[in-house]
Amino acid sequence: MFVLIVGAGRVGAAVAKRALARGHEVSVLDEDPLSHERLVEVEGRTWEDAGGIFTVGTALEVDALIEAGVQRADVFIASTDGDNTNLTVAQIVKRRFGIEKVLCRVMDPARAAWYAEQGLHTISPTQHAIEMFEQALGAEEE
Amino acid sequence: MYVIVVGSGKVGLNLSRELIAKGHEVTLLEADRRRYLVVEEELEHAVQYGDATELWVLERAGIQRADLVVAVTGDDEDNMLVCQVAKEKYLCERVIARVNNPRNLQHFKLLGIQPVVSATDLILRLIEHEVPRYGLVHLLALEEERLEIIELEVQEGAPAAAKRVAEVALPEGSLIISVLRDGRGFVPTPETVVEAGDQVLLVLDSGLEDQITPVFAPD
Repeated sequence: MFVLIVGAGRVGAAVAKRALARGHEVSVLDEDPLSHERLVEVEGRTWEDAGGIFTVGTALEVDALIEAGVQRADVFIASTDGDNTNLTVAQIVKRRFGIEKVLCRVMDPARAAWYAEQGLHTISPTQHAIEMFEQALGAEEE
Repeated sequence: MYVIVVGSGKVGLNLSRELIAKGHEVTLLEADRRRYLVVEEELEHAVQYGDATELWVLERAGIQRADLVVAVTGDDEDNMLVCQVAKEKYLCERVIARVNNPRNLQHFKLLGIQPVVSATDLILRLIEHEVPRYGLVHLLALEEERLEIIELEVQEGAPAAAKRVAEVALPEGSLIISVLRDGRGFVPTPETVVEAGDQVLLVLDSGLEDQITPVFAPD
């Protein structure tokens, strides 16, 4: 499987490394060249030696997306630190490049829910945190 | 009319002022606290503090009853998403979005956001209009209807020069609708003679441009 990840922050980089270790082809796009540092050391090798691809560019630049391999991506993950960037780029690649599996990180639970209703696969860390706090609180009360 | 304006930079603030002066009800939304405090001194209750890409901020501003949402922040992604949510979630019939980077125009189109306004694009068109050497000016493009209106200068020695309008060999789906000569324009009849140096306005089906330009340029 070819996985394209936009945004190599803590989440994006960790998901990228795990996907590569599982034998997938993985390409990462980030506007910050230094974010590459989060990708080093995959089983003792550099990102590139381990077969990973890294491209510098912003999510909305179509040229950068193409350079990063969007045209042959089976899975697309939008995990930049901006909800609006993630929601925009996720919808664009879905519509323009016809990628079926598009995952999108959205911190704002309200919009994560609404866009999920519209057919976008959103993942909201905030919503997960809220639920886990609630659960933990419930366990205290018992 | 009730208008929600998103982004209180120069565009948003001036637009809000004008709309209020024209008697419209306006709520201006600003996400930056410091900018909000500055604008609030002038607009008072007509400006609210908050990030309009968050649903509750739009709801607090009364998005459900808005006749028009205008997103003019300096961030294209914000403008796109505010308009998308206004249209698709809150069923606001009219939205207008500002495009900061003309390269993002394709993304607005892909998400179905229109009309859009791009200052860069407008200035480019004005430059085209002011510099006739460019030859061809796009005056209007009705994309849904697939029609365009263009302006062309008739050059010396062109096939159309010194011909009657009826004789100018234009492809089917195009028509000369007016002639600008010596600073004034008029609607030609089939008998009007097109002269070199005239500017002609044509209406045409999209895509015919390449067949039309040679008619007004020398070989």
